[in-house]
Amino acid sequence: MSFTPDIQAFCCHYTSQQTIAEGSEGLKNDGMPENITLNRLVCTGKLQVSTLLKAFEDGADGVYVVGCPTDTCHNVKGSQRAAKRVSAIKKALAELSVEPERIEMFHLERGFHPEFVEVGQMMNQKISDLGPCPLKGETK
Amino acid sequence: MIIAERKPVNEILGMVSDAQKILVLGCRGCVTVCSAGGEREVEILASLIKLGLQKEGKKAEVIEGTLVRQCDKEYIDGIDQWKGQYDVIVSMACGVGVNFIANLRSNETVYPAVNTSFMGGSAEQGEWTEQCAGCGDCVLHHTGGLCPVARCAKSLMNGPCGGSVAGRCEIHPEVECIWQSIHDRLGRIGNSDAMSTIAPIRDWNTAGHGGPRKALRDDLTI
Repeated sequence: MSFTPDIQAFCCHYTSQQTIAEGSEGLKNDGMPENITLNRLVCTGKLQVSTLLKAFEDGADGVYVVGCPTDTCHNVKGSQRAAKRVSAIKKALAELSVEPERIEMFHLERGFHPEFVEVGQMMNQKISDLGPCPLKGETK
Repeated sequence: MIIAERKPVNEILGMVSDAQKILVLGCRGCVTVCSAGGEREVEILASLIKLGLQKEGKKAEVIEGTLVRQCDKEYIDGIDQWKGQYDVIVSMACGVGVNFIANLRSNETVYPAVNTSFMGGSAEQGEWTEQCAGCGDCVLHHTGGLCPVARCAKSLMNGPCGGSVAGRCEIHPEVECIWQSIHDRLGRIGNSDAMSTIAPIRDWNTAGHGGPRKALRDDLTI
């Protein structure tokens, strides 16, 4: 059975500059999977654990966060804080016997670069391989 | 403040597995400060309960609330605002809060969502250490303000023991030997002689070994 995962990406203002400049069509042409929904934030340090959990509650099969490199975050420690929160979710997912790799943190340079699309493709492949998220309860 | 830590999610899910309507109830007191059971943690736990139950093919209504405190009757009465919206309460307050709800709402079911750990303070962001054991007979005036009851692994009243090495505890080497610290500190504040005073054998009744304790202030009672 074919499966197209619902993937929610949370990107800071700086790492998502490409999305603004190119728009959804441009990104699609670059190879960004269309089933990835980009959620832009001023800084990933603004992300709360509850916001990421809510994404799963709303039906996401996978979630990822893209923030600045740890040593060059515009807000100094924003992306480090986000990474800690992603780790907290990984732990919670493991507690619930759900694959922790359904959520990931990436630290990318700001601006235009192929890695932004590559991590999207990588997550899409990984979540497609994992299948629907068990938290939806659909496998019961 | 009272330090607490959230219980494992599966333990909490085990408590509420048959519930249909769940009130996750936080406290704005100590557990908010130590990030175990405040408004933010209520939001997270409510989400985890919903996801955990959903994964098992169960569905329950989960509502969120937070009281100013759960250790005073006046605030416990505030639970009335959710009347009819829950059949179990999952309290994120310390054990005092859970007991108060159980005391005051005799027909309602309440479960603890946190393990109440100790009385302490924040050593660094995200790290809390025990500072006081609530033993009921404070000796801090003899020990330079550092507590041997809470902070010595053996609660020695006449330390240090023979195992203290280079200022570290022999039981927990990552922890300072509090008696070494007491000795050093008494020297710094010009009270080294206090180290020569032998503390007498202690009556531990005040520490709770004689059953539940009670504090009564006649001037405050009506």
